[in-house]
Amino acid sequence: MPQGIDRERVRELIEAGGQLVEVLPAKEYEEDHLPGAVSLPLRKLEVEARQVLDPGRPVVVYCWDSA
Amino acid sequence: MYDYVDGNLDWMAAGLPTEGTNARRPRAGDVARKDVPVSRLDERLGIVRDRVRASGWDACVVVNDERVVLGLLRAKELGKDAELRIDQAMRPGPSTFRPFVSIEDMAAFMVEHDVESSPVTTSDGRLVGLLLRNDAAKAALDPGSAR
Repeated sequence: MPQGIDRERVRELIEAGGQLVEVLPAKEYEEDHLPGAVSLPLRKLEVEARQVLDPGRPVVVYCWDSA
Repeated sequence: MYDYVDGNLDWMAAGLPTEGTNARRPRAGDVARKDVPVSRLDERLGIVRDRVRASGWDACVVVNDERVVLGLLRAKELGKDAELRIDQAMRPGPSTFRPFVSIEDMAAFMVEHDVESSPVTTSDGRLVGLLLRNDAAKAALDPGSAR
């Protein structure tokens, strides 16, 4: 279960080499995403995460909001 | 693994940069004037008015020590009795907008509702700048002029 974090913690993790993952559909990622984030839509997450992400660095997932 | 539960919306509401096709289009936070004069609640209107006009403005945003927006002084409020405290003269609780709102939406809203200026704030109410209707309309017509 991922640990919920706020914006300040996100920034700390980015500075520490964390990886940002947007799980929204690719079209929404193309329009707006956090700097440096990669796109891994939810339906692809399990399959592609191991190929795209470095398991040795923190991973932060996010979508549009908490709803 | 971590979950940034408040996500994109929270990030953009804080006025932080994003990447993507929309990021290249001007938004309220890009066009809002960051040099708008500010005042505190306990100042006297006459002193604030002199300061505001000396800087070439006819509007002033009232903020607290954390720059959270408390009120707005437009030309009408600035013209009141010089001895009033700002909290007695200001327009309290003005409508504010988040920095990520598209400038096209802002211009349309401000023209439709005849709003001459609107504070742009982060999600926790801190002042980013004052968006002027003329600036919003100009940027909406010519996005290249905003950046």
